[in-house]
Amino acid sequence: MPLNWKTGGLALGIVFFAAVLLIKPIGVSTQFVILDGILWDAASPDVVVQSETAKSGYESPNAYLNKSGGKYAKNVANPLNYSFVFVIAMMLGAGLSAALRGGVPASERNMPEIWRANFGNSVAKRYIAAFIAGFLVLYGARLAGGCTSGHMMSGMMQTAVSGYIFAAGAFLAGIPIALFLFRKEA
Amino acid sequence: MQHILLALLIGGAFGFVLDRIGATNPGYIIKMLNLSNLHLMKTILAGIGIASVLTFGGLMTGLVDPGHLSVKTAYIGVFIGGLLLGTGFAVAGYCPGTGLTAAATGRWDGLVFVIGGLLGAAAYMGSYAWVKTTGVLDHIAGGKATLGTIAGTKYPALLEGVPGEAIGLVLGVAFIVIAVLLPASLKSSGVAEPAE
Repeated sequence: MPLNWKTGGLALGIVFFAAVLLIKPIGVSTQFVILDGILWDAASPDVVVQSETAKSGYESPNAYLNKSGGKYAKNVANPLNYSFVFVIAMMLGAGLSAALRGGVPASERNMPEIWRANFGNSVAKRYIAAFIAGFLVLYGARLAGGCTSGHMMSGMMQTAVSGYIFAAGAFLAGIPIALFLFRKEA
Repeated sequence: MQHILLALLIGGAFGFVLDRIGATNPGYIIKMLNLSNLHLMKTILAGIGIASVLTFGGLMTGLVDPGHLSVKTAYIGVFIGGLLLGTGFAVAGYCPGTGLTAAATGRWDGLVFVIGGLLGAAAYMGSYAWVKTTGVLDHIAGGKATLGTIAGTKYPALLEGVPGEAIGLVLGVAFIVIAVLLPASLKSSGVAEPAE
């Protein structure tokens, strides 16, 4: 049973504020690119190389890693940076919280109850859907330049115009699709 | 080193809170999007509102360094990307942050979502040069714009001359009011759990 929305909202608001007060707004989805870059660079080491001309000191033959003076290339070369460690810590924090509340019940580990009510018990079906959804979500987040954390929450709390544009897109697609797909209650 | 400690502290707190508000449970995300249980929506709206009031209050009193703000660029791709993200968000009940944290709590479908996500991000890396040629990344609405003018920043304002701090405070309060007024469920047939 989650926290009531007042306590939960206060805790969430304080974390997002603390991030801006102490360093910078919260964001997550860029780190999928950084991890991809780390894996890619491990497989073929010329993906990120040091550069004297790039603003960050690193460059990449990949146009995306190379953009903005190679700032993503630099983070691939130095994973021990704020944003990457932030995401690892986020996972540790969630894991700790779940462990303290007794963990996720076995019946929930492959799919939520509302999925089962609408699409049945097939684990393969759920995994295929989750895989494709993950692909769409991260392709979309990188195209948009941010995700639910970076654009929607951090963006709207700063009155960023881009945050409102993003939220409009996400809910214009998300609400009708969820209404269509999940008609049966869990 | 201090940055790494902050990352551990704030990141850890963020993950802990995401789990405690139910955001690592895709069931709550799906029920928020199909409007049957708006508990998580109320939580998120309250969170944005409280963060906004604290941030703009902090900017006005000098507690918050305006240099810590980071406003993202507006372009058509932000909207298209939002549509794509919203689609996967509804199907899986995960977004990037909640997918990662759900995997960390022991949800296998969360891990599968993350693997799909790594591939989606790689596909964007591969197609970025082409996407750029389509023009969907060209700036609109002033680019890195905020609604009002925020002192100490160079962000262009959509409503030029209107103090951005005041807009931030007013909208922050508005988000909180919406969170309070929003019913626990918008589906008459929905058997939503009580809001508190």
